[in-house]
Amino acid sequence: MSRWQWWIIVAGSLCLTFLALASIAGQKKNITIVWAEWDPAKYLRELSKGFTKETGIGVTVVEIPWAQFQDKVFTALAARDPNYDIIIGDSQWLGRGAERKHYVELTDWMKKNVPIKDIYEPALVAYGEYPKGSGRYWAVPAEADAVGFAYRKDLLEDPKEKAAFQKKYGRPLTIPKTWEELYQVAKFFTRPKRRLYGVAVYTGKQYDGVTMGFQQVMWSFGGDYGDPKTFQVEGYINGPDSVKALEFYVRLAKECMPPGSQNYYWSECLDAFKRGLVAMTMNYFAFFPGLLSEETNRYAKTTGFFMVPRGPKGHYISLGGQGLSVSAYSKNKDEALQYIKWFWQERVQREWARLGGFTCHKKVLNSPDFLKATPYNPVFRDSMKLLKDFWAVPEYAELLDSCQRHLNAAIVGAKKPKEALDAIAKEHTVIFRKAGRLKRQ
Amino acid sequence: MPVSVRQRRPVWKRALTDQQIKIAFITPTLLLLLAMNIFPLIWSLYLSFCEYYADQPESPRWVGIANYRALLTDPEIWHSFQVTAAFVFLAVGTEFILGFGLALLFHRSFAGKGLLLTLFLIPMMLSPVVVGLFWKFIFDPNWGIIDYLLRLPGFEWVTHPRRALWALVIVDAWMWTPFIMLIALAGLSAIPQSLYEAAAVDRASSWFKFRHITLPMVSPLLIIALLIRTMDAAKLFDLPWTLTDEGGPGNATETVSLLIYRLAFKMQDTGSSCALAYILLVIIIALSNLFLRQLKKVKGEL
Repeated sequence: MSRWQWWIIVAGSLCLTFLALASIAGQKKNITIVWAEWDPAKYLRELSKGFTKETGIGVTVVEIPWAQFQDKVFTALAARDPNYDIIIGDSQWLGRGAERKHYVELTDWMKKNVPIKDIYEPALVAYGEYPKGSGRYWAVPAEADAVGFAYRKDLLEDPKEKAAFQKKYGRPLTIPKTWEELYQVAKFFTRPKRRLYGVAVYTGKQYDGVTMGFQQVMWSFGGDYGDPKTFQVEGYINGPDSVKALEFYVRLAKECMPPGSQNYYWSECLDAFKRGLVAMTMNYFAFFPGLLSEETNRYAKTTGFFMVPRGPKGHYISLGGQGLSVSAYSKNKDEALQYIKWFWQERVQREWARLGGFTCHKKVLNSPDFLKATPYNPVFRDSMKLLKDFWAVPEYAELLDSCQRHLNAAIVGAKKPKEALDAIAKEHTVIFRKAGRLKRQ
Repeated sequence: MPVSVRQRRPVWKRALTDQQIKIAFITPTLLLLLAMNIFPLIWSLYLSFCEYYADQPESPRWVGIANYRALLTDPEIWHSFQVTAAFVFLAVGTEFILGFGLALLFHRSFAGKGLLLTLFLIPMMLSPVVVGLFWKFIFDPNWGIIDYLLRLPGFEWVTHPRRALWALVIVDAWMWTPFIMLIALAGLSAIPQSLYEAAAVDRASSWFKFRHITLPMVSPLLIIALLIRTMDAAKLFDLPWTLTDEGGPGNATETVSLLIYRLAFKMQDTGSSCALAYILLVIIIALSNLFLRQLKKVKGEL
């Protein structure tokens, strides 16, 4: 290689380096928010344009499909990836984010920058506090959510159906208030010859599907995952009430759901409802906007919504929704905090609710505008009072995985309900012992 | 240039020799290979002997063979190995029989052969994730075409604990039979026509020609095709991820690769997942060696 060629290579490299540096220096500040792939993330992208307009800081919303959401975010956090500035993580992630130092603690910052008194208290605890009752916060509520039901009014409010139901069960056909009533109504509308089935509930193995569907039945039947103080699980998750609850849930799925529905999660439940395969469907409220449009749901005009029913020993609903946390590995922490402060202004919360987001701002949540915005908003507001969550400890992913596998095995009939719950109890005990939460007796 | 002049010049002014240019080109590749392949391989081997969770601040703690012992005594792991073995046997076996059969058919001349061959090869070119997703719709008991054509409304495939594995085998065979066919076809095309002509002169039967000419001549390529498919099938991940929803129903189709993923990314149990990955690697190497021995045998090298 000649001297001139050397010089050309060196000069070219210098030019490229200079251009790259100039381009970096010329870039505006930008923050990246990571969230699951669903409608609220699109609302947030729209909302964030306002932030960019006011501050000049760009906002990129990265969406990850639900099935990979948790795995991808925690792998990025394990790799100390600085690319995500704000993580809108599930409520159960709090323990892991806090104890493994992936999230920045926001307790002191929130006192000065966020109107805490305006946040709906149960939401603040569910989406932000860890350990519960400690007064330490790792996230600020972003999107509240709960499980609810959609139903077809053309079936449940049809006079002929009402008369037939009255004749068969000796009571009027109404929106189910208890799980047993829901089973009856679902069974009544299960007519395989007409390709119509009673209900679609979460049964699938993807992410937290079957667990979120079943746990609210378990709590309402008097069961529980375990003692949150001692982390004792034997006798709770596999106790008689939990077993009865799973027997009920399996019976509901087996007798009142379409064939091949043992892998239903939110999208499958929505599809079954939109195609007219089921009379009722379980789903998170955040997925309901798609049911209101006639373009995506031919029963849009006759779709109604109701709250998750109560059980013989209580009334509980699975908590959905997420909070805004700042990644400990972010290089734009100040901008990320600035965004959260901006997000929690009342006017922004009103806009958030207007776009379709489920706000946790007390005033906005109870405002007539919000309650009239969609037919399910009043049901959502009432459901908020009954929310309960899965374990939020750092080992939650292992605990959830165990539930998903064994509950799905019970749904498909590979295991009896008692066997499945015993297997979960055994695995949860090992997980808590390994984590040092449960002492050997 | 005289050596004395060359030596007097500063290093940066001297022209590079051929040897130096070779080194300059090869070094980045070697460094990249070391950083991206060799180092992770050695590091993951070390981690397989450690208790280590990737998302915890604690450093890896040496535990000897504890991870391997725990894995090999876990019934769930054995279940995954059984699922994987059954899948490899059924899928590769089906693909071999169908692929070789199709190759024999395509070895003849007929109208539209080129077009038909191209159509047969399309499944192989698709992404397994896409294949898994659309076969999920095809198998759907409510609106899937399979149940409609078989007049079996409501017949469950991917959500049935025993039939789900067969669904995987069907889809894998649909996708990869053309691969075996293609390689077998290449082998068949390479057989000299004179051998068949000589056999015809000797009035050899069709079976005799197949048994003593076709099969011996094509078997080295068939063994290579089987080797590639076996290695690939033993690592199966994407199809059960999409078609049977992460190895469901329950864990009926949870292959070893899915289990490794679950340990590594859901549990963040890096130590155990590395150990299981090495167990799978050793099994695949052992299987490959069996095929390679057979290959040498048919080539008369053993």
